[in-house]
Formats: sequence, structure tokens, C-alpha cells
Amino acid sequence: MAEFKHRDIIALRDLTKEEIELLISTAENMREINSRAIKKVPTLRGKTIINLFYEASTRTRTSFEIAAKRLSADTVNISPSTSSSTKGETLADTALNLLAMKPDIIVMRHAVSGAHYFLAKKVSCSIINAGDGAHEHPSQGLLDMLTMKDRFGRLDGLKVAIVGDITHSRVARSDIQGLTKMGSHVYLAGPPTMMPPCVERLGNVTVCSTMKEAIQDADVVMMLRIQQERQGKTLMPNAREYSRYFGLNPDNLKLAKPNAMVMHPGPINRGVEMSSYVVDGSQSHILKQVENGVAVRMSMLYHVCGGELE
Amino acid sequence: MTDNATVLLDESGIKRALTRISHEILERNKGVQDLVLIGIRSGGAFLAEEIGRSIEVIEGGAVPVGSVDITLYRDDIKSQVPHLPVGKTDITFSLEGKKVVLVDDVLYTGRTIRAAMDALMDHGRPRSIQLAVLIDRGHRELPIRADFVGRNVPTSTKENVALIFNSNNQPIEVVLEK
Repeated sequence: MAEFKHRDIIALRDLTKEEIELLISTAENMREINSRAIKKVPTLRGKTIINLFYEASTRTRTSFEIAAKRLSADTVNISPSTSSSTKGETLADTALNLLAMKPDIIVMRHAVSGAHYFLAKKVSCSIINAGDGAHEHPSQGLLDMLTMKDRFGRLDGLKVAIVGDITHSRVARSDIQGLTKMGSHVYLAGPPTMMPPCVERLGNVTVCSTMKEAIQDADVVMMLRIQQERQGKTLMPNAREYSRYFGLNPDNLKLAKPNAMVMHPGPINRGVEMSSYVVDGSQSHILKQVENGVAVRMSMLYHVCGGELE
Repeated sequence: MTDNATVLLDESGIKRALTRISHEILERNKGVQDLVLIGIRSGGAFLAEEIGRSIEVIEGGAVPVGSVDITLYRDDIKSQVPHLPVGKTDITFSLEGKKVVLVDDVLYTGRTIRAAMDALMDHGRPRSIQLAVLIDRGHRELPIRADFVGRNVPTSTKENVALIFNSNNQPIEVVLEK
């Protein structure tokens, strides 16, 4: 059995296949806690976890907070509107001030890619990445893999199509890093303006010129959100045209394998990247993803707490 | 098996001990009414299955059997670096008002049993919890005792008592290692 010896979880790129398997299997075994009458275990009693969210988030922040509480840790949420960063404090100063309050883990979301590596050098506590710029979103990558494993019992050999704005998507990067390590075949499709150059270097991925090519015979179709807050107005003409070429609807979903899984990291722009028929259809596993999110984050918190602190 | 190991129980010895424990459990509880067996992972879980089968043969009625993983309830979690892998707790029935027999392979300090009792309480409020162990090796650090014991073995803290399984996960012997 693999051992988890990392103090931080910043990117799936930094983890081995065995470590990813360990995080997923722990999450599978922790799921039972979430369906009990008393949804709490005493494991992280006395640990303090700070959720530091520089970007808006409901799902991820709530999920991390519930995960921490189910392991009996104490949590504090800090968001930019209530924090001193609006008064001009730098990330490093904020971190050192938080550190003076002796947290054990800081869960951070930040708009700058790689901000967590900078923070990890400054502080002695564990850092978990809850999303950094267009870099990675490891907890989403892990919960996506757990949701696929639930359905197929394996990740090895699956054809996974990821469709949408790859350039701005940290979810896509974590999914690519994780899935290719686990032996899945990843196919990417999206408008050329949203496809980063040399994306093949991230792992064993195939870039498709059309959406049809990517989802043909796919086991999983992962649709990405059009991130209106991150991209300028120049990347796509309008939502209707995007939807026509890169939207998922009941017709093009037929190209995938019968009963293929449909996934989306949320929040969904209904009618843009996915039609409501697909979002609410029987092949959609979107709410399963959210449910698995809590267990995956419990697993991450548990394992970083046992990581080696130098 | 190494040269400095002594066999405490062989396969048939284990079987006889479990059969006797099954009879004692039935006698104490006057049948299988409201009775459930919970094995502590991993050794105890197999023994609980065995006792469950044995009770069914004796009494003709099945007893629900579950298993509990105590990793998340350990009192030494802070000193376990890196943290131990978490096993699956598999209790698919309610423990509310039930007579629970907790099953483990070796009773030693009693800390595992403390953790398992805390875990069970989070699944509901049993009417009672009894403890069945294959080996009681002494050296308790908590006020815990077993209700049903396969064999009492005086040991030194330097020794190790282990239940050995074959490749089919069947218990084949209990050894004392120096």
C-alpha cells in the first residue's frame, strides 16, 4: 500500500499514480460517514483549518468546510470581501498573519496560477489548493476520477472527452494530469481560441478538431464551463454559435457509447455548453460529482495531516 | 513461520474455539433475537463471519454481520506519520436497541476496543455491547475485559501474537512471536 508523504496538495502533477489511488480509496471508505445519522468522526480533533478564498466559490468552499467538520476539525472561512486584502495587504503578509494563529491547514483559492507554491515556501502549515488561476484544481480532478471509478470500477482504458475552454480551465488540467496517470485516454475539443498550444505536453492527450471526433465512442463526456469572468470578449462570437459547435445536446450525445457518463464541474450555463435535457437527463452524473466532493476532500485533509512536517 | 514462533492454536483449534464462543454467545443472549455481530477490521471481521456461520448452523437463524474500521477513531493518530490507510466500515443495518457482539482477534491494551465502541456509538445506541476475542494476551491499559475468550495467553510486551490467514483469507493459525 502506498504511503502519503506530502505536506501539501497543490497539483495532481506532483502526485504519483499510487498516491492518487490512495486518496481515491480513502475517499471511497470515508463515504460511509456521510450517510450515517451522526456524520462525524473524531480524527482531526483539535486541528484548525483556514479556508482562504480569494475567488468566489460556493460549492468548493462549502464542500471543504463540511469535509473538515465531519473530521472534527475547526474551520474558519476568510473571503476577500471581509479580509484585509481589500485594504492592500499582500498574500505573503496575510499568510504570515494567519500563521500566527497556528492553523494546521490552509485551503486556498487564488486567481494567480502557482500562488500556492509561493505560499508553501512562506508558511509551515499544510497547503491545499482549491483552485489557482488556470493551473490546477486537484480536489475536482480527484472527485471526477472517483465518480468515474464508481461507474466503471476502473479508470484504466476509459475514453474521456473534455470539451470546452481548455485554456482557462484548471479543472481540465487536473483531470488531464490525473486521468493520464491512471491510464485513461483523454480527448480534448474546443474552439481553437480556447485550446492552449502544446497541450499534448501535459500528458497522453489527443487534441481533436471537432467535438464529434472527441465524443465518438467516449465512455465519459466532461463538459467545461464557459468562464465569462476569465476570458475577454474576443474568444468566441456569441453563446449561440458556441453552443451550436461545442454544446452537448441529446443528438450529439448519441455519438458517445450508449449510457456514457455526462459530467460537468459546475456551475452550469444551461443552454450554452449543455442543453437542459442533458443536464437533467439519466446520463448526467453532475450531482454525484458534488456528493463525492465531500468524501474526496475529507481524504485530502486526512492525508496531508499525516504528511511529513519538516 | 520463523524458528522463534510458537503455534498457540492451529486451524482446528481456532475452529473449536469459535464454535464454543458461538455456543456461549447464544447461551448468554438466549438465542439470536436482536443479536448482531461486528468484526473489527481486518482480523476480527473474518472471525465475525465464522461465528455468524457457526451460529446459523447451531440455531438455524441468521445473525446480521458487519465490520468496523477503527483507523479514524485511533487515539494515536497524531503519532502515525504518514497516516494509516482507511478501511471500509460496513454496517448496513441499524444498531439501535441491538445486542452487539464486537469480535476481534487479539485483545491486548484495550485501545482498539475503546476506538471500536466509540465508532459503534456513532451508528446508533445499541442496547448492549459484548466482546468476543480469540486470544486475550493481557497487558490492558484501559478498564476493558472480554465476555467470550478463545484462549488466555500470558505474554510479555516484547512478544507479538498474530492471527495468520491463508491465501483464501481463512484463519489457519495463531502464533506467538518472540
